[in-house]
Amino acid sequence: MVTLQLRKVEARYGRRIIYAEASTPEIAGGHLTALVGANAAGKSTLFRRIAGQLAGKGEVCIAGAEPGDLRYMPQDTGMSAALTVYESVVLALKQRQGGWRMGAEELDAVDKILSGLKIGALSDRHLAELSGGQRQLVSIAQTLVTRPRIVLMDEPTAALDLYRQYEVLEHLRAYAADTGAVVILALYDLNQVMRACTMTIAVAEGRIVAAGPTLETLRPEMIRKLYGIEARVETCSRGCPMMVVDRAVEDHEMSGYR
Amino acid sequence: MRMVVWEIRMPIALMAVTVGACLSLAGAQMQTILANPLASPFTLGISAAASFGAALAMVLGVALVPAALALMVPINAFAMAMLASLLIFGLSTMRGVTVETIVLLGIALVFTVNALLALLQYFASEQALAAVVFWTMGSLTKETWTKVAVTALILVVVTPIFARRAWALTAIRPGEARAVAMGVPVRRLRLETLILVSALAAVPVSFVGTIGFIGIVGPHIARLLLGEDQRFSLPGSILSGALSLSATSVLSKANLPGAVLPIGIIAALVGVPVFAILIFTNGRRSW
Repeated sequence: MVTLQLRKVEARYGRRIIYAEASTPEIAGGHLTALVGANAAGKSTLFRRIAGQLAGKGEVCIAGAEPGDLRYMPQDTGMSAALTVYESVVLALKQRQGGWRMGAEELDAVDKILSGLKIGALSDRHLAELSGGQRQLVSIAQTLVTRPRIVLMDEPTAALDLYRQYEVLEHLRAYAADTGAVVILALYDLNQVMRACTMTIAVAEGRIVAAGPTLETLRPEMIRKLYGIEARVETCSRGCPMMVVDRAVEDHEMSGYR
Repeated sequence: MRMVVWEIRMPIALMAVTVGACLSLAGAQMQTILANPLASPFTLGISAAASFGAALAMVLGVALVPAALALMVPINAFAMAMLASLLIFGLSTMRGVTVETIVLLGIALVFTVNALLALLQYFASEQALAAVVFWTMGSLTKETWTKVAVTALILVVVTPIFARRAWALTAIRPGEARAVAMGVPVRRLRLETLILVSALAAVPVSFVGTIGFIGIVGPHIARLLLGEDQRFSLPGSILSGALSLSATSVLSKANLPGAVLPIGIIAALVGVPVFAILIFTNGRRSW
């Protein structure tokens, strides 16, 4: 099984230090982990540091996987190349294998991920023609096609409708269970987090303010500090935890940690 | 007769093929790494610098590299073109320099070098002025087997390097962040490509002068017809450039009996309508 742990990790852009000493408990693979925090709390920065795109002191300890087995999906940006959906997924696969020829198993892998995410019908469409949600699904396919052992995704459900949000989270959960991969998702919908993610890491102001089992982490006090809202965590009629928001806290300046 | 075909006509014909291929390939990769459909060796001032180098030789008789006088013009042009690309290259290795900055620096360089060129022309003798103007129009008239061989050599050396990086270069197009996410070393790839493209553009430009159009349009034709998978667009750009410049070369001779019009002029006049037709009739949207 794959595990990931941050030990006193520093992350900085040039000389500007965002994270000074970020540490987490050991994050085990096989299930989903959430990364939560308000806008500009440092979620993407933490991802980029783990992915090795930012420099800094400290250690990102990975066991059971090579650093090359890590894939980070950034937030959705436009894609305007004259490539089809199929080509763009092949592209992601080929960065590791190289060679101009396409093997049968490579074509299989691409077909499988496209049909798994139910976008097989989009194969021949050009990237520029896709809607935001479709583009998001293509990005997810590009990320998973190499079957990485560590997956970091920035808002994978952002542009999706309710059906596809559910589908994608389910797909990712099954992926983690099948491969034992560490899958960390930055998510905004805390109800999604409570339903899908076993562990949660909460960040604010360039600090990891809590990390642990989801329900222990996402208590009302923590939600208030993170997002500036009064919320209750209750149990629904089927016994699942869910969050109900009552009101916004007045004079909350982006983060209770400021 | 044999003499005319082999020593005069054949080098010109082959020169058109190799120069077209080089410039088109250079333009294609420049557009790829700079994420800009208007990028070409000319956007970054490589061609303008070459013209300035050539003018230095023709107007002032200054040789930048002490060499045989016969080769003073192309060697000067090449030296200035490489100097310009090294300058751009050096600036783009600095921290915080983005693709947009590189393009802006290139444009600044174009204006600077053009001003220097104008200054030279202002003080030039009438004869030298005519030579400079003719050179900057681009022409395929006095070609030799040596020039053909040098141009072909650079193409043969550079193409396999790009071919090996085909997947990485394709990956840059949908966006830098995505390419980085796929594990492409974008920054390094961009710098390597910039060097290769500079050589690829500087060599033909220093032999034949400014033939600007092929570098922009050749790659677009390939992209419109074949898409952006570099396994297809890379050979496609080479072919479309070679074919376009060959056809243009033929046209520039066929128009006026006994006279050869500068090929740079014909390339733009004939190429633009073809290009426009392709843009409006083709469904692929790339930018």
